[in-house]
Amino acid sequence: MQAFRLKEQLVPILTQTLVVGAILYVALLLFQNTQANLEARNIASGFGFLSVESGMPINDSLLAYAPADTYGRAFLVGIVNTLFVSALSIVLATALGVLVGVARVSANWLVARLAAVYVELFRNIPLLLTLFFCYSTLLAFLPAPRQSLSPLAGVFINNRGVFAPRPHWLDGMGWVVLALGLAAIGAVLLARRSKRLRDETGRGLPAGWISLGLIAGLPTLAYFLAGRPIDFDVPTLHGFNFKGGMVLRPEFTALLTGLVLYTAAFIGENVRSGIQSVDKGQLDAAKALGLRPGSIMRKVILPQTLRVCIPATTNDYTSLVKNSSLAVAIGYPDMVSIGGTIIGQNDQAIEVIGLWMAVYLTINLVLSLGMNWCNAKVRLVER
Amino acid sequence: MDMSQVVIDVKGLNKWYGEFHVLKNIDLEVHKGERIVICGPSGSGKSTLIRCMNRLERHQEGTITVDGTELTNNLKGIEKIRREVGMVFQNFNLFPHMTVLENLTLAPVWVRRMPRREAEATAMRYLERVRIAEQAGKYPGQLSGGQQQRVAIARALCMSPNILLFDEPTSALDPEMIKEVLDVMVSLAEEDMTMVCVTHEMGFARTVADRIIFMDHGEIVEQNSPEEFFSNPQYDRTKLFLSQILHH
Ligand SMILES: Nc1ncnc2c1ncn2[C@@H]1O[C@H](COP(=O)(O)OP(=O)(O)O)[C@@H](O)[C@H]1O
Ligand SMILES: [Mg+2]
Repeated sequence: MQAFRLKEQLVPILTQTLVVGAILYVALLLFQNTQANLEARNIASGFGFLSVESGMPINDSLLAYAPADTYGRAFLVGIVNTLFVSALSIVLATALGVLVGVARVSANWLVARLAAVYVELFRNIPLLLTLFFCYSTLLAFLPAPRQSLSPLAGVFINNRGVFAPRPHWLDGMGWVVLALGLAAIGAVLLARRSKRLRDETGRGLPAGWISLGLIAGLPTLAYFLAGRPIDFDVPTLHGFNFKGGMVLRPEFTALLTGLVLYTAAFIGENVRSGIQSVDKGQLDAAKALGLRPGSIMRKVILPQTLRVCIPATTNDYTSLVKNSSLAVAIGYPDMVSIGGTIIGQNDQAIEVIGLWMAVYLTINLVLSLGMNWCNAKVRLVER
Repeated sequence: MDMSQVVIDVKGLNKWYGEFHVLKNIDLEVHKGERIVICGPSGSGKSTLIRCMNRLERHQEGTITVDGTELTNNLKGIEKIRREVGMVFQNFNLFPHMTVLENLTLAPVWVRRMPRREAEATAMRYLERVRIAEQAGKYPGQLSGGQQQRVAIARALCMSPNILLFDEPTSALDPEMIKEVLDVMVSLAEEDMTMVCVTHEMGFARTVADRIIFMDHGEIVEQNSPEEFFSNPQYDRTKLFLSQILHH
């Protein structure tokens, strides 16, 4: 018996050790081989290139960047762009996905059909084509810079992007920020008070509206009292394009739209199967208690779908992050697109590929960790 | 008991599932404070009938009037009736993601707009009443079947219903837990709650029911007081059913 136990434990340990050993050995071989090849072709290895001036222009950056900056800085711009478009897409795709999932099981025939068509359409077309479609549609409908639409003074819409005045802070802006902070604190206190009132009297305050008023009103008041401490850099037409101001590029808009439309179709299916996995008796019980359809969805059904939705949606989120690399196809400067240019300019392919992999791996591991944590939170307590 | 007031009035009720005629010409008056037991073979339409009484199922013909409000497609009317009519199910149907206390306060807070403190105080009173107050912070999955069903009864009571519907409340329970649930139901009956119970617990029917209704194939075959029903059944179908159920 004892010996049998030992054998039972020993075998898996031995096989696992062998597998890990084999993998390490292959990795070592690959590394030595690559080193030798690079030396033979006179390509310097290492990450020294990151501190070299890049000389490459990037037309859409959230960080301050100029071609005189280093490759490292350029790559960082790419990482930030990838993170930004991924994060925004995840938020929007989740919101749209929940709507689509709820619509899929709607009692309204037309709503359910439309949602089904949406899901089938975007699930079954390659994302790359959806991106091309979004991009070319945008470009086709937007006018050239000289014929810009200008819905508001200082705002211009054309096929180079949406241009808007960029605010510059002057002295006195501190007051406005202070006012905003105070308004935010006020809103939090108000929400607490409203919850307490609801607990004690059954009715809360219209906290949402009052908070909105506070958050919009106080800073506006401070702005005028402080003598309008914002200066605007208004975009102006120079030759064939606008200069100055802020700009939302069509490449970014198209990438965001494509990623959101595509991923929301998958999330919608997760939500649908989650809703359908909830026992029918739950609906009976909630209805019998007199709850309204909206409350039933929010309080009873959707919280129970999370258990089913979260694992599948984690996959969809990580796919979305990876899919954002298709940016390269429509010219949005994400990490892959910028890294590609760097490789083209100085042959540091292995290093850049290593960086790409490290960044995606980090983003997705952090994402998965967060989602696993959420998953643990919604696990049902059983005996 | 105030037998004059009819609180549930079913007239000429017919219902079909597609081609299948599940309820046939049902007429039934339930009076205020009356305890009615509905029995009959499986598939005879008992669940369908009481589920029509709070519009969990819709009927195609006839009228159902509860507390003076007729059940139609009018949402306001349906909501009003559901607030007044509590229901207890065979499978308990507690909300598994909420604690016992949250299960009990959900509807009072969101439907009756009751202050949460008050709703919690009420909930604790009913939990004590079904002798399970010490479980208030647990989740349904941590309770036994009998405990879950008692929580479900307390949950219905928290809405202060005028009428309680029970659909085989003890059928999913292990034998040793049936009594704890029946005890609660008997104590409710003693307080003159209007009750419509689908059940095969003939001991309960004998001691508690004012009237027993026997259904078969979507029809009310006969209805009578418990004494008459058990000692002098009128129809062969009733006799057959009774002989089957009493010899188990
Ligand atoms: N949603 C439904 N669709 C079609 N047939 C149903 C549905 N629900 C119940 N039935 C049928 O109606 C009959 C009566 O069901 P039910 O009222 O649940 O019977 P009981 O509660 O007396 O056992 C059964 O034959 C059942 O198969
Ligand atoms: Mg039944």
